[in-house]
Amino acid sequence: MMVLEKRPQPSQRWVFAAPLLAVVLTMMVGGALFAALGKNPFEVIRTIFYDPLFSQNAWFYRPEILIKGGPLVLLAIGLSFGFRAGIWNIGAEGQYIIGAICGAAVGLALYPAETRLIFPLMVLAGALGGWAWAMIPAILRVRFGTNEILVSLMLVYVAEQLLASMALGALRNPEGMGFPGSRNLSQWPAAANKELIAGSGMHWGVVAAFIAVIFAYIVLSRHQFGFQVRLSGQAPRAARFAGVNPGRMILICMGISGALAGLAGLFEVAGPSGQISIDFNVGYGFTAIIVAFLGRLHPVGILLAGGLMALTYVGGGIAQGQLGLPAAAIQLLQGMLLFFLLAVDVLTNYRFRFGKGEVA
Amino acid sequence: MSDVLLKLAGLTKAYPGVVANRDVSFQIGRGEIHALLGENGAGKSTLVKTIYGLVKPDSGTMDMNGAGFAPAEPKAARAAGVAMVFQHFSLFDALSVAENIALGMENPPKMQALAARVRAVSDQYGLPLDPDRTVGDLSAGERQRVEIIRCLLQDPKLLIMDEPTSVLTPQEVTILFETLRKLRSEGTSILYISHKLEEIRSLCDTATILRLGEVVGACDPRETSARDMAEMMVGQVLHVPERAAKAEGAVVLEMAGLSAPAPHQFGTALRDISIKVRAGQVLGIGGVAGNGQDELVAALSGEMKVKPGMVSLRGKDVGLLPVNTRRAMGLLAAPEERMGHAAAPDMTLSENALMTAATRKGLEQRGFIRWDRVRGFAAEVISAFDVRTPGAENTARSLSGGNLQKFVIGREILQAPDVFVVNQPTWGVDASAAAAIRQALLDLVAKGAAVICISQDLDELMEISDRFCALNEGRLSEPRPAQGLSVEEIGLMLGGAHDMEVAHVDG
Repeated sequence: MMVLEKRPQPSQRWVFAAPLLAVVLTMMVGGALFAALGKNPFEVIRTIFYDPLFSQNAWFYRPEILIKGGPLVLLAIGLSFGFRAGIWNIGAEGQYIIGAICGAAVGLALYPAETRLIFPLMVLAGALGGWAWAMIPAILRVRFGTNEILVSLMLVYVAEQLLASMALGALRNPEGMGFPGSRNLSQWPAAANKELIAGSGMHWGVVAAFIAVIFAYIVLSRHQFGFQVRLSGQAPRAARFAGVNPGRMILICMGISGALAGLAGLFEVAGPSGQISIDFNVGYGFTAIIVAFLGRLHPVGILLAGGLMALTYVGGGIAQGQLGLPAAAIQLLQGMLLFFLLAVDVLTNYRFRFGKGEVA
Repeated sequence: MSDVLLKLAGLTKAYPGVVANRDVSFQIGRGEIHALLGENGAGKSTLVKTIYGLVKPDSGTMDMNGAGFAPAEPKAARAAGVAMVFQHFSLFDALSVAENIALGMENPPKMQALAARVRAVSDQYGLPLDPDRTVGDLSAGERQRVEIIRCLLQDPKLLIMDEPTSVLTPQEVTILFETLRKLRSEGTSILYISHKLEEIRSLCDTATILRLGEVVGACDPRETSARDMAEMMVGQVLHVPERAAKAEGAVVLEMAGLSAPAPHQFGTALRDISIKVRAGQVLGIGGVAGNGQDELVAALSGEMKVKPGMVSLRGKDVGLLPVNTRRAMGLLAAPEERMGHAAAPDMTLSENALMTAATRKGLEQRGFIRWDRVRGFAAEVISAFDVRTPGAENTARSLSGGNLQKFVIGREILQAPDVFVVNQPTWGVDASAAAAIRQALLDLVAKGAAVICISQDLDELMEISDRFCALNEGRLSEPRPAQGLSVEEIGLMLGGAHDMEVAHVDG
């Protein structure tokens, strides 16, 4: 018989090995799936994981990885604080949308002024918008004990409706001949989130993501607040005994994730996307949940996981175009990654013991 | 009376990394109350689980009534006449007493008939219990009676009792002992596991002492002193806490009409607690768990806020101050539950040291943690309190209960508190660690601090307290000098037993 036995200490080896094993398992099962779809599994895996980085067309794809990875990392870093503290903000997608709307609205209100202050103002408005949207579930939780998972998730749909209404109404481009969607911010120098190095894909959102990684790393490992975040998640009663105010912890963690999500939305709307449109959001806020866990809620891990996830987006796009793979297969692959990670994760805290089991 | 009921020969059971029982041999006579003594981890639990069919020994044999006895599962053991009352009750709160008993039976009779049998047995053995009451409403002592009656209905030849008195008031203990003596007179054998030596001396006929999985001795507890038995258990000369004589100090902590509603559904409200705690003294607070102990600690530590004026420290009102402000003022606490409350199980000892000591030990600077100092403080606690661990980077849950308790107590004491509130300082801790913890509390008091020690262990309270009072349903009795208090007086202070009725032995 095989039994699972709790380890006295979490295994350091498995903390690192689990994500790698999860990636390998995903490739294997994903490959089998692609084979069942009638594709050559090796070719598909190569197209998704290798071509965007090292093929002869890689110069075209590499900037895409940064563009997709930037918002994912920024979002996931924000979420990781709450997830570590046992606060489940599932609605980063909504906060991302509201951040984009608020930032764009501030910019558009000043159109067509030309001053360097516009972009910083938009950044601030984006962060505040995301923060405010996250405060709704946070305050409801603290004040009335509602479930922040449900409230934050449902607010995503509210945000999507708001986005559609903005694209069709208040923020619609007056010179757009009636088409939905705002003015293109990326073509207005004062408001554009420009590429910092031409052809690199590096924009302010990517810079913000790197800064967020470094900031999160320092806070979590060196600052009392990071310690309290970890303590709240691992032993809530002990956290209260250590002087942590649980309500305040919820407000701060939701606030951080909301503000970073808002920032990610703003950088997207002012840069790669360019305008507020009905289909502005593409699910980064949900994918970021996978990124956060794939990266073990650790800043450096999230950076790597964000890169990997961006790779599957870009590679998946190539596979769709060149090999005719359905889009759903790519989403399946991303879901599988989280699934296997959580499954393999058991081995960090437990080990298998073979032999006769007994009630002891 | 001299013949043998159960004979154990050479029982050995090894788990990966530890031998739980090594060549254990002894015999239990018919109609004998046999004590099994030993510290935590001495192998008592493994041994009784072997007898009860929960553990299969690696080698060795058992004979019951001269025939081989190797139960593969508890059902077989029960069929052979072995019954066991566990330390932790397995009862459903929402069901009635009779329903709970029926659940544990192979072929339960009709509920009416069962209730009648429960009444008959409870009457016969002097264990007052109404079969129709809901278990959720019963006291710990009454719940234990449910378990005992469940066993007695099987008409056992051998009754195993694991730490039965840890949750009982002195009067309830008296009732239990009368029942056990009556069972003995009817020829039932009892294997009695405990570390309360005075109880064993008054109840048991023989005692087998286990240490590190081996039988290290046997004695007649009626003729052996508690100290000798303790030393056999521990394997070393036991250090008895010493206390220095001292003058009465100034009032440092005062509770005035401290009242608070129950913080949650299963909590207890605090009702009008008024007491002054003086420097250089130990205030012992006795009482059965669930009478407001947790709430009192929370109200003092700051985890639960109370109205202004109810708690003051050196004349300053602290009832609304947060935990860490109270710590900075010198009021420290160690709650009962080690895992998850006093310590975070999955964090390292260093991180656990940081948990409460950040302010008083200067472990942070403008919010940034000074990890070198944290590690230094953790190492200091580990060495000063003899915490057995490979190092400060091990997780709290890798420590045994006693070692973690030493760490938790040491962490607070090394912060030099003015007032130290501690709940169940030696719960589940082995005898030598318990002695070390009590000594540390007395040393702290000798330096002029005040200690509030909340405990269910009356022997412990009598040993270290200057004044004693009892907590009963959230009310605190008038304090009395601990010296010279008799067990009866303490029992009355604790609110008396539930249903004061002692077994009336028939015939």
